[in-house]
Formats: sequence, structure tokens, C-alpha cells
Amino acid sequence: MKVLVAVKRVIDYNVKVRVKPDNSDVDLNNVKMAMNPFCEIAVEEAVRLKEKGVATEIVVVSIGPKVAQEQIRTSLALGADRGILIETDEKLESLTVAKLLKAVVEKEQPQLVVLGKQSIDSDNNQTGQMLGALTGLPQGTFASEVAVDGDKVNVTREVDAGLRTVGLSLPAIVTTDLRLNEPRYASLPNIMKAKRKPLETVTPADLGVEIKSTQTLVKVTPPAQRSAGIKVADVAQLVEKLKTEAKVL
Amino acid sequence: MSILLIAEHDNATLNVATLNVVTAAKEIGGDIDILVAGEGCGAVAEAAAKIEGINKVIVADNAAYTYQIAEPMGDLVAELGADYSHILSAATTTGKDFMPRTAALLDVNMISDISAVESADTFVRPIYAGNAIATVQSSDAIKVITVRGTGFDPAAGEGGSATVEATDIVKASAISAFVGEELAASDRPDLAAAEIVISGGRGMGNGDNFEILYKVADKLGAAVGASRAAVDAGFVPNDMQVGQTGKIVAPSLYIAVGISGAIQHLAGMKDSKVIVAINKDEEAPIFQVADYGLVADLFDAVPELESMI
Repeated sequence: MKVLVAVKRVIDYNVKVRVKPDNSDVDLNNVKMAMNPFCEIAVEEAVRLKEKGVATEIVVVSIGPKVAQEQIRTSLALGADRGILIETDEKLESLTVAKLLKAVVEKEQPQLVVLGKQSIDSDNNQTGQMLGALTGLPQGTFASEVAVDGDKVNVTREVDAGLRTVGLSLPAIVTTDLRLNEPRYASLPNIMKAKRKPLETVTPADLGVEIKSTQTLVKVTPPAQRSAGIKVADVAQLVEKLKTEAKVL
Repeated sequence: MSILLIAEHDNATLNVATLNVVTAAKEIGGDIDILVAGEGCGAVAEAAAKIEGINKVIVADNAAYTYQIAEPMGDLVAELGADYSHILSAATTTGKDFMPRTAALLDVNMISDISAVESADTFVRPIYAGNAIATVQSSDAIKVITVRGTGFDPAAGEGGSATVEATDIVKASAISAFVGEELAASDRPDLAAAEIVISGGRGMGNGDNFEILYKVADKLGAAVGASRAAVDAGFVPNDMQVGQTGKIVAPSLYIAVGISGAIQHLAGMKDSKVIVAINKDEEAPIFQVADYGLVADLFDAVPELESMI
């Protein structure tokens, strides 16, 4: 079966985010960018499905500026077969992203679409679910286990109260949580090989999707800072402070 | 303006997270209707009707909604919600699952995880794991919103007398079904609602060592949490994870034990009123946000703490 994986180029998770002095947005100038960590888990899951003989082809799609090719090449080096870049310099909202992905789903007809549950920049946690609604496909969000069985997939989900498993008929959508797998590193030979794998570039207009924005970023501010308090000498002093000063015990 | 608020519940009891969402709805303003979708959820509907300031409770009681899975919920809320100006739910794993489906079906964007209301169309939400705070204005005809509970005080759960009416809209799903679940069985308070939380990190060493935290928790009536490192290492289950991708908590007292204080963990607890850190590494970043820091071996300090409270 064919698996489609969506990946996003975001700020590297190790980089400390800074807000611009004019409070218009965060400052992404000269900042290291990388694949969203949840998307790495999505690519890894697709590659494992291929290694198990469940998946036959892995197509990776990303939406963004031309440099987002880097994240597609990374996915190809990890084991994906071909890539599609939907090239745009505009900042897109989730609904538009989902509409673009819907167009790719209609064209590629994958049996499984795997996405990260959220990106570490906007922290929206929306796109996979929106894609589900637009395509009429079922979803298994926040997955910690994906088991394909014939024309069905059982997805174990990390929920507030523990774990819950849903059974979905294929084609279906899965969004990844942290403990689904541990992504591998790309080997140098595979990085070289990835350069020769096909990567097609299309535009939103090619896919017949109009980019619409309904949200305005009014301002972005740094979070309220907590200042460090005091160091206590021992447990006795800690308990005394909590009782008499903080009054929380 | 009119607001449709989706109740969070397990068919037997109303989850208190719903009360925080009610407060957010009141700040937006307008009539508030609550939807209780489930099966055999009459007691939840009664509890929802008693919340102060509610106009009407709509009950969708059907086997299609027993487990509130995303496909039927998304469809139901999109149909019922089409006549409202706002649709709100808690930013729980249930709300996060179906609300984006609802938004897409209504052809609108969604505003996730708001921590404050500026006006009926402008909301505040953390981005970049809480390292930046965005103020977002929406021009969508219907605002679909999930609410971060720690940003709003709970509304009064008593004193109201809303009317309760049933809806017979049934959105059965042929493409998805509940298979099973493994729920954490604990007599301790719910992490998201507890007044005191004590959490363990990688420094705990293994799952058995969490026993010393449970003993403190039971004396204090506290909930027990964990850092991502402790969950990834398999010490404790995922439902205990506090952090950006786990649970967001803001108790009166948060005690971090053997937790270094990765940014993702801080994002889940830094709005706590008082933070205590116990760690043997005095350079650990957790001390930069702690009101009271104790540099000590946790295996000495925690049992001592238990004996002194």
C-alpha cells in the first residue's frame, strides 16, 4: 500500500526562540531550521511499515518555501521514495494546509496518511484532523502504536486518561505522538542516494487551492518570566517556608 | 452572540475542565448552551444544567457517542454548531481530537488552546512551547476554540437551572470504532485539577522508585506527575506526563523531584503558584523557575519530606 507522509520545516527544537523587539512575531532570521520532531516520527513510522512489507511506496509532501526541499531530502534519506513540494512563501493557516493536503490525497490515493500531531512552532494540533474531515477519512490521533491488518488499522492513542485504541477502515489518517517510535539517523550513503530520488514541485494554484487567511497575528510577546527564588538548606527549612511563607502546606 | 460549549465527561460525571471553559465563554459573552454527547449520560446533563449562567443543555444520548470518537463528534458539533457564533471545548485529548474536524466541516480555521480572552474575536494563546505568547484575531464567522484550563478559573458548578432538551441527531460512523482502552486506575486526584502536584523525572532511576513520591502524595492529597524523560524511559505511563505535549498544570504547589527542567517540561507547569525543586545538580535549569530549591539527593530528601509533613 502507498503511504503519504506530510512534513513541516520549523525552527530547530534546540534553538531558543526570541520575540522580535517590535512584538510582530518571533525572530526566525538566521535561525537553524529542521524537520518538525513529530514529523520525523511520522517518516520513521512509514519507513518501518515499508520494512515490514506493509507499505510499498512512501511519498513525502511538504508545504513551504523552496528551502523546504531540505526536509523532503532528509525524509528521502530516511527511506521515503519520492517527494512533493507545494511551494509557497506565504504563511499558511491550518485549514489551507489541510485543503492542499486533500488535493494531494485525491491525486495520490494513499491508503494511509501519517502526520505529526502538532508542529512545535504554532502548536496548533489541527491539520491531521482537518484533513480527515475534508477527505471524509477516519483518524487516529496522538498515536503510540499503529497496527495495519488487511483493510483496517488499529491505532493506539495517548489520551489524558491513559491509552485508547480505535479501529479505522483504510484509507485512514494517523497523527503521531512522542512514543510511537524513535526516529533513526540518515546514513551518509542514504543521504547521497536521496539526492537522486524524484522531487516534484507544484504550486497551490496547480492544485486548485486558493490561499485564504482568516487569522491576524495582532502581537507576539515573551512569556511572563519567573524569577528564581531561594535555595533552602535542608528539608526542614523547606517545610517551614512552605508552611509559613508560601502558606501552601 | 451565542456559544455552544461541548461538555467533557465519561458518561457518569462531568469533568471539572468544563467549568474552566464556561468561564472563558462568559468572558466572550452571550448565551451559553452546553452539549452533552454520550450514552446514558443523563447525570452529566443534570450536572451541566446546574452550572451557573447556562442557558440550555442539549443532550445527544446515543450509542454513536459512547466514546466520543472524533468522526461522529465532529459531525454532530458541526451540525449543531452552525447556528452559533462560537464553539468551545476544553483542550483535552478529546477536544483536540474532534474540534479541528468540526472547524474544517464548517470551513473555518480554529484557535487552539487559548489562555485568555481579549474580546469576542481576539484571543491569547501560547506558541513555540510557551516561549512566545500570541494574540490572534479571527475573522471567521464561527470561532472554533479549545480552552487551556489553567488560563481560567472554574465557574460555579451549582446555582444554575438551565433547561435540558434532547436532540435526536445521530451521526454514526461506519469508518471508525472504539476497540479498547487501558485507563490509569488511581485514587489520587486528577493531575489537571489537583491543588498539589509532585512530579518525578529521570533522576528517579526507575518506576519502583516513584513509590516514595506516591507516599508524599498520599499524605498531601496530591497528584503525581512525571517529566517526558521519565515517561520515555518507561518508568511511568504517558497519562502522567506534564509538559507541552502532555498535561498542562497550574496547582498551588508543584514539587519537581529529579527533574532537570527541560523547556518542554517548564511549559507544562510554570504557571504553578509555588514551585519547589529537589535536585542534586545545582546547575539544573529547574532551579531558575523554582521559588524554593533544595540541592540534595532525592532519595534522602523525599522520605525526609514525607516524615515532616
